[in-house]
Amino acid sequence: MTGFPILSLMLAVPAVAAVAALFASAGAARTIALVATLIDLALGLDLWANYQIGGPQWQFVEHAQLFSGFSWALGIDGIALVLIVLSVFLMPICIGASWDAIEKRVPEYMAAFLFMETLMIGVFAAQDLFLFYILFEAGLIPMYLIIGIWGGVDRIYASYKFFLYTLLGSVLMLIAMLWIVNLTGTTSIPVLMEYNFPLQAQYLLWLAFFASFAVKMPMWPVHTWLPDAHVQAPTAGSVILAGVLLKMGGYGFIRFSLPFFPEASAYFAPLVWGLSIVAVVYTSLVALVQSDMKKLIAYSSVAHMAIVTLGLFAFNRQGLEGSMVVMLAHGLVSGALFLCVGVIYDRLHTREISRYGGLAINMPYYALFFMFFTMASVGLPATANFVGEFLSLQGIYKASSWTALIAGTGIILGAAYMLYLYRRVAFGDQKNADAAAMPDLTVREYLLLTPLVIATLWMGIYPESFIAPIRADIAHLDARLAAARPAGDAQVTPGHPVASDEHHESAEHNGEGSEK
Amino acid sequence: MNWASSLRLVAAEEFLSVSGLVLLLVCAWAGDKSARLVTWLAVAALAVAGVLVAPALCGGVFGAEASAFYGQYAADSFSSFAKLLIYGAAGASLLVAPGFFERQGGYRAEYPVLALFAALGMGLMVSATDMLTLYVGLEMNSLAAYVLAAMSRSDDRSPEAGLKYFVLGSLASGILLFGISLTYGFAGSTSFDAIHTALVGKMSTGSLFGLVFILVGLSFKISAVPFHMWTPDVYEGAPTPVTTFFATAPKVAALALTMRVTLFAFGMQAQAWQQIVVAISLLSIVVGALGAIGQGNIKRLMAYSSINNVGFMLIGLAAATPGGAASMLVYLSIYVVMSIGGFVAILSLRDAEGNSVEKIADLAGLSRSKPGLAFVLAMVMFSLAGIPPLFGFWGKFVVFQSAVAAGLVPLATVGIAASVIGAFYYLKVVKVLYFDEPADKVVGSVDGVHAVLLYGSAIVISPIGYLFTGWLGGLAQSAAAALFHAA
Repeated sequence: MTGFPILSLMLAVPAVAAVAALFASAGAARTIALVATLIDLALGLDLWANYQIGGPQWQFVEHAQLFSGFSWALGIDGIALVLIVLSVFLMPICIGASWDAIEKRVPEYMAAFLFMETLMIGVFAAQDLFLFYILFEAGLIPMYLIIGIWGGVDRIYASYKFFLYTLLGSVLMLIAMLWIVNLTGTTSIPVLMEYNFPLQAQYLLWLAFFASFAVKMPMWPVHTWLPDAHVQAPTAGSVILAGVLLKMGGYGFIRFSLPFFPEASAYFAPLVWGLSIVAVVYTSLVALVQSDMKKLIAYSSVAHMAIVTLGLFAFNRQGLEGSMVVMLAHGLVSGALFLCVGVIYDRLHTREISRYGGLAINMPYYALFFMFFTMASVGLPATANFVGEFLSLQGIYKASSWTALIAGTGIILGAAYMLYLYRRVAFGDQKNADAAAMPDLTVREYLLLTPLVIATLWMGIYPESFIAPIRADIAHLDARLAAARPAGDAQVTPGHPVASDEHHESAEHNGEGSEK
Repeated sequence: MNWASSLRLVAAEEFLSVSGLVLLLVCAWAGDKSARLVTWLAVAALAVAGVLVAPALCGGVFGAEASAFYGQYAADSFSSFAKLLIYGAAGASLLVAPGFFERQGGYRAEYPVLALFAALGMGLMVSATDMLTLYVGLEMNSLAAYVLAAMSRSDDRSPEAGLKYFVLGSLASGILLFGISLTYGFAGSTSFDAIHTALVGKMSTGSLFGLVFILVGLSFKISAVPFHMWTPDVYEGAPTPVTTFFATAPKVAALALTMRVTLFAFGMQAQAWQQIVVAISLLSIVVGALGAIGQGNIKRLMAYSSINNVGFMLIGLAAATPGGAASMLVYLSIYVVMSIGGFVAILSLRDAEGNSVEKIADLAGLSRSKPGLAFVLAMVMFSLAGIPPLFGFWGKFVVFQSAVAAGLVPLATVGIAASVIGAFYYLKVVKVLYFDEPADKVVGSVDGVHAVLLYGSAIVISPIGYLFTGWLGGLAQSAAAALFHAA
């Protein structure tokens, strides 16, 4: 499909705006950033609208041989599409969240965020192995600066930890990529997704890719950079980190690890399951004892991401689709939760849970929004997380029932720490006078939170809009994984349908019962 | 082959010699007043010499048609590539010199002339296809360089640096000469061609010793670990424009020379030197990275950074393939641009009295007082660390690519993992520039020529640089092919 290079345009708009913002005054930089992200949002929606469901696997393909050794190759499938839409949807919200909160060095801040947006879209749209790597790695620089310049007290430690951890993970992947290209002679991701690598090589290559994506995801035990980075980053930085950057790990698994190395993935699946269930239980328990709101939500992110890895390595459609939905839902909900923390942080400048209390009295509307996203994070039906977690757990049950059982406790623990957080912040007595004096949401904050509520409900009530684009791609991947799929222990068999007249009768019976 | 064609092939060297001598006369008659004029004329001479050597690169000349003076000298595309880099780097470091020395109390007209002779010597080094040409070129460059290091007489550290450089450099030259004589004894000739054909099959112990001594001498010149100790002291002590020069041009010359000696003269004995190169490359990467962490002076930091970068380039040499040689040349080109950008930025750091600011701690919060300068310095740091999308990544990328292609996956893995250690101290500089509270020590502005060099190199190391990868890679490949064609 050749036509208007919409993906290049989506990359160019924030890149150009980033340079413009760098040379602008504070006020102008804010406006430039907002306008540029809104343009990208419009382009992203246009992309979604024009994406042909059931059309060719790769759409909006662009190819230009600009460089030696790799090329400017862009193109998206459904998986990339939904993640790009998530990114462009969150960006204007991030800019809005930083509108007043960031006072120093605004032009540089906005430039860093816009540059970040270019890189995020580029990572999801790249069809060339090395182009992907360059964009994937480049994200370290703006995020390092965002955490280090505008972060909290321990920002420098957190920024180093973030940078070096993720860099160490990624460089091994680079060597694996070089080896792959040396072997196959191509850098095209779509070609490599169909390539059958020799079995002995798969294991090491898989581990090299795993090192990178596991850190990015992050999986236990290499997750420790995340709470530090989240706590120290400014609100919008946390939103982008949780909303999009963590998805790069999941995207990496679904785009590289699984289709490139199906046999190695199956071989290492128990390892992934093991690390994931440890993460679900352990980080949930850790979240339970946190006294810092952002840290609590950061640990909950690790737990949610573990559900994603479980679903991905379940080797079936439910698991894969569920993981995609959890990623999207987590992007919305944890982003929103960080925004909710940001709202009260802007007023009181502390994230200590004990400094708040009884906010439902003086900030009723805030409490309402916070309640909604708390419930969404817990996975209440009709919210986005429910759909994803249900599918993921269903998928992993097919593969390993014990794993599903332990992972399921994560949902209960999730409810525990989220509700406990909510109780301490919003309910109870107004212990602190300054917290009791905080005003309710401003118009700007309504504008930030309302779109997230709508999107979360939409994804929870009618997930078809989001699953439809990815269905064919997931089916394709599922077919590729079929040969390597490990035998499940649950032995799920379809139930025998009940004869239709009986069913009719019982329905009538029920109906009568309820009328009485 | 006759004298006429030989003389035509060395046109650039002839031109540089004559211009050097003429400019020396100008200095002698006109004195230090003429220093600026002589500088500009020297830069012009380098530019003309560049024009004279460029056709050999574009035409991909190699073999007999490039050979002059009965196989003692080769004006092939490889030497042409290296010379263009050398002349460019020498020109850039000359351009920034007058401003610096005038602030230090007196710019001397000998400076540009010495730099010109150093460039001439380096041209001989990269063109040498005979051990004796090699030695003459090396010493011509070194003698000029010793004087350059001691150029700043008002600063105690400068003569100290010059003396250190001289003593250790002479020692290294002696070791090199010893290695050459051993090799001559066992190969029966000083010509690279003859050594190449003589040393086949199993190496005798004596010729192995010769190879080891030659490699030791060359390692000193490229400041590879464990022969790197002089580098931080000389870099710190020498006047900053001279450090700019040392970090770029002689590095290109010495590495190119090392490539020709190992890949061509000892080309049939790759197994013998490969393990040595692997060892010094990994050592350089690790020691360069660890040594830099504790440094408080930005020039010393850049010295360790250069050791670290040489280690990465040697990975390309360890591959011992045309691809590896081409990747080294690409890395060298990018490294020269990064170093020039970095040192020009360092040169622009001045306090209220006009003295150079070299302590890293004094750069705190530079991003707020001098956003442009801090931005470029941060770019150079990220680029030296090899973080994409900056162009420094590409150098590391091609080097590791050639290593993987040559089957050296373990070397590449260890090397790239060690690059993470290096990232730490580059990040430290960025942290000081951007995260710390302003020290407001640095005042003064980036003027004229400095701004052109600073922002010019910034553009090259920005992602725009990737657009040149095809062109640069093609030139490097043709240059590397010349090295291997002869073999």
